[in-house]
Amino acid sequence: MASDFGGRPSAGGTQVAAAEQAGHDALDLADAGGRRSRLAVRAWQALWPKLLAVALVIVIWELIHLTGWKELVLPGPGVTLSNLWAQAQTSLLWRAIGTTLERAVIGFALAVLIGVVIGALVARIRPLRAAVGSMITALQTMPSIAWFPFAIILFGSGSTSAILFVVVLGAAPSIANGLIAGVDYTPPLLLKAGTVMGLRRVSLYRFLILPASLPTFVAGLKQGWAFAWRSLLAGELIVIIANKPSLGILLSTYQDQTDMPSTIAVMIVILIIGLCVDSLFGLADHSIRRRWGLT
Amino acid sequence: MSTTAVTEAPATVTLTGVSKVYGRGGTAVHALDQVSLTASPGEFTCLIGASGCGKSTLLNLVAGLDKPTAGQIAVGGRVALMFQEPGLFPWLTAAGNIELALRARGAAKAERRAKAAELLDTVHLGGFGKKRPHELSGGMRQRVALARALAQDADVLLMDEPFGALDAMTRDLLHDELDRVCQGRNLTVLFVTHNVREAVRLGDRVVVLSSRPGRIIAEYQVPIDRPRRIDSAPVAELAGTITDRLREEMSRHGK
Repeated sequence: MASDFGGRPSAGGTQVAAAEQAGHDALDLADAGGRRSRLAVRAWQALWPKLLAVALVIVIWELIHLTGWKELVLPGPGVTLSNLWAQAQTSLLWRAIGTTLERAVIGFALAVLIGVVIGALVARIRPLRAAVGSMITALQTMPSIAWFPFAIILFGSGSTSAILFVVVLGAAPSIANGLIAGVDYTPPLLLKAGTVMGLRRVSLYRFLILPASLPTFVAGLKQGWAFAWRSLLAGELIVIIANKPSLGILLSTYQDQTDMPSTIAVMIVILIIGLCVDSLFGLADHSIRRRWGLT
Repeated sequence: MSTTAVTEAPATVTLTGVSKVYGRGGTAVHALDQVSLTASPGEFTCLIGASGCGKSTLLNLVAGLDKPTAGQIAVGGRVALMFQEPGLFPWLTAAGNIELALRARGAAKAERRAKAAELLDTVHLGGFGKKRPHELSGGMRQRVALARALAQDADVLLMDEPFGALDAMTRDLLHDELDRVCQGRNLTVLFVTHNVREAVRLGDRVVVLSSRPGRIIAEYQVPIDRPRRIDSAPVAELAGTITDRLREEMSRHGK
């Protein structure tokens, strides 16, 4: 820091100024490095509490089993997990997973499409917001299972459309709301910076508002997925589609057969799929936050 | 009544009897009252005043972000604005932020890349183009913001306490940086600050505003040769005179 001790004007030479600035920058950034640990270490740190939780659940389950409570209908973890292993060897389970996932993907994709279009329109057009904005939230509070009678009458019983209809209705409001909130909470300072820069209308949306709303939008997607997944499984239990095995069909079949180990095994599969997709959204959210420096 | 016009006037910025009132009736706030100010091309004007003197309002009006309640504002050329916070876009790299400003004024892709690299060099951030804002220090971010403002190819640079959130040492270096950048660019600068020494260190002229309503109460030319130092005797002396004038104004409000 020559300028602070040398007693001469520091703006004198560009060379000197550049050296001072560079030195100051290096000092400023010195404490910012070395924060990120190795990937394997971080993965393990994220994983072990989850494994511990699973182990804890299995231990408690086994303990309940050992007390003999509801002995006749409630199997222990050993029986259930070996049942799951056995089911995993059959094509039936995998075909069921395939059908359910296919519906999930189609339903969620439709929900994203519709949610984004509605969200973008409502966020941009003021009168539309007054009219539709509160309706979107109202839709969100409606339990999706209440839509099934309507959907079945509309599309006929045993149609995939009825299920997809309810999935879209369950997920789209969250996605639309995520986008609207993201647009609403674009920091005013950034809007000001963009406006002064000369960004207007379409370019303002494309280069500023949409990227700025990304984290909130991803949170909306994540919530939308949770709603979609719940609605889908409810739908598969209620709307019975013949000759097309799905996770819902498996569940209701095992219920009819009072086959508790198989029922719990399918529930575990549903839980795992839900968790996996959720953690994908979590990963997307985390990577955005890291890029933005929010973590 | 109120107009904002882009003209080919010899002065880059001309405010004539500009007033700004927020709200109506009894609760109305008179942010600015009959402010007339002229800034010639290449002139560095510092605006100083206590809280509530409408400094930020004045810049917003010149930037065209708000309209005056009365009076006229004429700005001859493009305007860029810098704030106390860098206001960088966190999803873009340092270079990306500058390139977006170039894109907004219609520069082609190849030109954007070359020009952004050049501007980063100008603010001594040559090797930091790929960094994201959060990976830079406060002073570095503010320099990226300066480079982004320069990318807008503005004739008028409005600065709203741009160094207010920085530590003294970083600020001193940025003063040198700003001095150097302004040399040979013929930039007209309106620089708002509440730091009297900073105003004297940087300005060709210091304009003192009163508070509520904001009015111009004094103007001082700064006849000190550049390069200047914030801790030199002439700077301290003039800053002392201006501070006395400001205190006089503030004590008026205490009564």
